[in-house]
Amino acid sequence: MKKNDNFTAYLFLLPSIIVIAGFHIIPTVYSWYISMFNWDLISKHKEFVGFANYGKLAVDLDFWKSLFNTVYFALGTIPAGIILAFLIAYGLSKKIKGLNIFRTIYFLPVVTSINAVGMIWLWIYHPDAGILNWLLGLFGVSAQRWLLDPVFALPAVMLMSIWKSLGYNVIIFLVGILSIPREYYEAAEIDGASGFAVFRNVTLPLVMPSVFFVTLISLIGSFQTFTQVYMLTPEGGPLKSTTVLVYYLYKNAFVFFKIGYASAVSFVIFVIIFALTLLQNKYWGERIHYEN
Amino acid sequence: MKIRRILLYAVLIAGAFIMLAPFLWMIITAFKLPEEILALPPVILPSKLNFKNFADVFSAVPFGRYFFNSLFVTLVSTLLQVSTAALAGYAFARFEFKGKKVLFLLFLGTMMIPVEVTLIPNYIFLMNLGWLDTYFALIIPWAVNVFAIFLMRQFFLTLPTELFEQAQIDGCSHWQILWKIVFPVAKPVFISAGIFSMIGSWNAFLWPLIMTNSEHMRTLPVGLAYFTFEFASRYHLMMAAALLATLPVVIVYFFAQKYFVEGISTTGLK
Repeated sequence: MKKNDNFTAYLFLLPSIIVIAGFHIIPTVYSWYISMFNWDLISKHKEFVGFANYGKLAVDLDFWKSLFNTVYFALGTIPAGIILAFLIAYGLSKKIKGLNIFRTIYFLPVVTSINAVGMIWLWIYHPDAGILNWLLGLFGVSAQRWLLDPVFALPAVMLMSIWKSLGYNVIIFLVGILSIPREYYEAAEIDGASGFAVFRNVTLPLVMPSVFFVTLISLIGSFQTFTQVYMLTPEGGPLKSTTVLVYYLYKNAFVFFKIGYASAVSFVIFVIIFALTLLQNKYWGERIHYEN
Repeated sequence: MKIRRILLYAVLIAGAFIMLAPFLWMIITAFKLPEEILALPPVILPSKLNFKNFADVFSAVPFGRYFFNSLFVTLVSTLLQVSTAALAGYAFARFEFKGKKVLFLLFLGTMMIPVEVTLIPNYIFLMNLGWLDTYFALIIPWAVNVFAIFLMRQFFLTLPTELFEQAQIDGCSHWQILWKIVFPVAKPVFISAGIFSMIGSWNAFLWPLIMTNSEHMRTLPVGLAYFTFEFASRYHLMMAAALLATLPVVIVYFFAQKYFVEGISTTGLK
């Protein structure tokens, strides 16, 4: 290699280094630093409190509630979303006519903005004139207050989220199923395996890596959930029933201006997502390895 | 066998209908008269196609401005993300330099930093720079996309070394090699990276919500959120606004869906 490589290389990398360091790496460290102060963003004085904010978090019932809601959201959306998407992808893999049309339709909610979609579901869930209550009424189910009801508010947000991201999972699973070599199926056929046995012993195990990938991506997404909650329940739900971690962070930072405390919350989110991403990258690394 | 086939189609069509139904309901509602909205039992189809709702949206809020902001921010950040990624990807793929490994790992490591964590520090930082409520705040922090860098690097590594060596013998600089020789053969990667940058910035919400505060700086998603607070219960207007915001994306999606689906299949990126 040439001697001027060092200079040219760093010249090419300079814009990326500036932005990544300035807006991503340094702020992450600073967020941990600021979590050791009490500060309202405006006053000159920042009061150093050490790890007191983390101590407060540990006994803050609202924080635990938001962590609980986030986990509840993940448990409510991920298994259901994966099973539904898998069944649809499996159906689509059966040499379906109009595959492209189906794929386009199932994927449509994924590309549309969650804000626009949130407005639609707000209307669907309307307690008096909403179409959902009307539809359920046809089957004799009494009208619910959905987003205004502490029991139903978060499940209503979950339902919309499943609908919104289903198409993404369908595509991932469809690619996984279609990439299974034909010989595996032919071999199973020669062995006289029944349709269900083929599904159980060939399709399912070979699609497991995709399932694992989608699970991790969805888990990370769950811990970042904010926009759905903000659009459907701008106040964080009746009795804080839809207040998830990022919403709690947002509220503390930009509504109450408890900057230090909110930074402590953000650091907890960081640790959780960091751990999940490490897991995901491990899988990713393995997949790249495998493909090469 | 035949019955099972029919059943399969029936389930898939029913599923597709459920996916489309909210959009259909949005379109229908967007054309309704105010008095048709809260009618019980619901009026399924509006009595006539009423375009006034769309005009009302534009006169109620600076919707065109939101639109322009989103378009401008999306185009500029996408352009920046793709070009910085091409440069960085080229450097990582073609150069040997001091600290290459460490730097690459550090770059990849930042993919694990969720935007939520940097929100508060960046708010303080942008406040001190005097950039809050400007396009700078919406564009510059998002001028680099590590995943795009990674995509570019991976692709550049697959190109034959002779391609670069010959060009260097012919007296091309690295800058010229990148744009005149690599770019034409790497177009699919540029398109994939570009599309995902575009979706990302077009749909971004939490960042512009916090980094802007005046009405004329709102992007479309932020504008829609405020619109929802202001016009709650006037669902004919809300659905007209949602339809206006959704339509361009859907049109782009229909024309470019090959790239969307291919991009996801090969990269797994959302």
